[in-house]
Amino acid sequence: MLTIGVDIGSVGTKAVLFDGDIVDRHLEPTGWNPSEAGHRAMESLLKRNSLSPGRIDRVVSTGYGRKSFVEVDKAVTEITCHARGAHFMDPEIRTVLDIGGQDSKVILLDDQGRVLDFMMNDKCAAGTGRFLQVMATLLEYPIEEFGAVDPDGEMQKISSMCTVFAESEVVSHLAKGISKNAVALGLLESVAVRASSMLGRMGVKPVVGFTGGVSRCPSLVSLLEGQLNCDVRTYGDSHYAGALGSALIASEL
Amino acid sequence: MKSVSRIDELLADVEAHLKDGVLQVKEASEKGRPIVGTYCTFAPWELITAAGAIPATLCARGEDPITAAEEHLPRNLCPLIKSSYGYALTDKCPYFHFCDMVIAESTCDGKKKMYELMSRMKPLHLMMLPQTAEGDVARSAWRSELDRLKARLEDAFSVTIDDEAISKRIALRNRERMALNSLWELSRLDPPAITGREQFLISEYCEFHFHKEELVPWLGNLVYQIREAYDQGERRVGKDAPRILITGCPLGGAQKVIHAIEDAGAVVVCYENCGGVKELGFLVDEDRPPMEALTDKYLNVGCSVMTPNTSRMDNLKNLIESYNVDGVVEVVLQACHTYAVETYEVRELVRSTGRPYMSVETDYSKSDIGQLATRIGAFLEML
Repeated sequence: MLTIGVDIGSVGTKAVLFDGDIVDRHLEPTGWNPSEAGHRAMESLLKRNSLSPGRIDRVVSTGYGRKSFVEVDKAVTEITCHARGAHFMDPEIRTVLDIGGQDSKVILLDDQGRVLDFMMNDKCAAGTGRFLQVMATLLEYPIEEFGAVDPDGEMQKISSMCTVFAESEVVSHLAKGISKNAVALGLLESVAVRASSMLGRMGVKPVVGFTGGVSRCPSLVSLLEGQLNCDVRTYGDSHYAGALGSALIASEL
Repeated sequence: MKSVSRIDELLADVEAHLKDGVLQVKEASEKGRPIVGTYCTFAPWELITAAGAIPATLCARGEDPITAAEEHLPRNLCPLIKSSYGYALTDKCPYFHFCDMVIAESTCDGKKKMYELMSRMKPLHLMMLPQTAEGDVARSAWRSELDRLKARLEDAFSVTIDDEAISKRIALRNRERMALNSLWELSRLDPPAITGREQFLISEYCEFHFHKEELVPWLGNLVYQIREAYDQGERRVGKDAPRILITGCPLGGAQKVIHAIEDAGAVVVCYENCGGVKELGFLVDEDRPPMEALTDKYLNVGCSVMTPNTSRMDNLKNLIESYNVDGVVEVVLQACHTYAVETYEVRELVRSTGRPYMSVETDYSKSDIGQLATRIGAFLEML
């Protein structure tokens, strides 16, 4: 059976072609039209694998744009999809930390990848990919470099979690002559503290798997490990966890 | 084959008359009947009506007047308090407009301080609620609050309220409570006869219908007809729809939660919120002296301002079983500390029955509709 999972996130749209294993994956910016982005992602996968749409048995969508993308067999929430995707990537995961473009979540799993409990951030962008993106732009860092500042370097603590307030706090630190690196590290740490407090409230069960776009910041991962005092695993396909999970669910419908 | 749904017709009729309450109150007021505005379940309906007045629930569920309220009130206050005050301030609530007196209760801190400001607009009577329902001191304090209210009503409307009048009103309200119970019981059926939205709609209609002598038989007949259509095979809810109980803060301004639950394929079968089964689910003892019976009845409303709030927990446990629910969603309005803190105990209680529980904090805005859909959708996918 051939299925496609499409995860239409606030920033990126991810699609996975699946036949019991990942056949191919595709990522593209969501832009202003989530349904259009879903179509583009699917078409890219089909074209690249020389498949006609009729060859696909089922499609499941997830992510904030899941309902706008109507040509699917089912729309499933990203909580359930991330859980299934993370479990497929690493069956030892019992806790998923997912930090995406505009939200972050902690999901507790059983040994089958089913959701036992979950928590989502409130409705603002505090501690999400958007927060880090705004800060990287402010500090004129390419995002990859920002996420890879030396975690053992000097650190300037940042106390505001609100994106707008943190921005002015950063500006005032820079005005005092504090180094860009120290400020960047402080910002990353504030995200790690927020994530670990969410994890703490849910009760961390090892193994912790970190998914979503923000999991590609290596220094954030090591700061998190310091906070939690345990290993935090990341995966090459971390940001495809939701799309992978929906493709998997599609194969079981 | 699609036949005309009988329940649809019945509900369309209810919906068409949903706003009749405003006219009823206007007419009554113009004929000189006193109107008494209320905000809370603790306001004893029987005493107010025994004084010849019409108790009307005041507006507190719209987002629009909140901006105006914030000119006087702090922003980080619960939306219900801000909305109540905003409606009064901007004169956008017809019930407030026509009312001769407002009955308030010292439930939470935010409300009692807001009422001080509101008392500049209308004559306002504040009932001092004890902080506990347990013990003789609390009971006698509440008993004397009922006496104080009675005296105030007698004075304001130049009437004498005797026990016989109160007893008559207790009997009438009990009949309404029993009729409402039969409505709620439609949701004990599996699948329920009507959706949670529909149940809410009918409850709303009843709340704002001020001729209870007419309402009671009408409601009885409505329930009978819905039941008959159901028995003849009409189904509005799929048999696999997860059965959800909603508990927590008043839902009037947060009906988006009901919509999120039912749009995701589940059905709300029971509401343990203010106004519904929390108060109206319990009868007043008609065999006891009326003021005594009223005291006990209202003191035991399971509100989170009571410490401890044993009656809410007992009632919840009971409802979870009797409505055979699959999961519990608790709704907490932003900045409502007592309910927010109590979520911990409710979670423990629900989980001890082996059912999943989630709490959502929300306000009256539309800003979290997408997030609610995801969180509630994921919760239902867990069931």
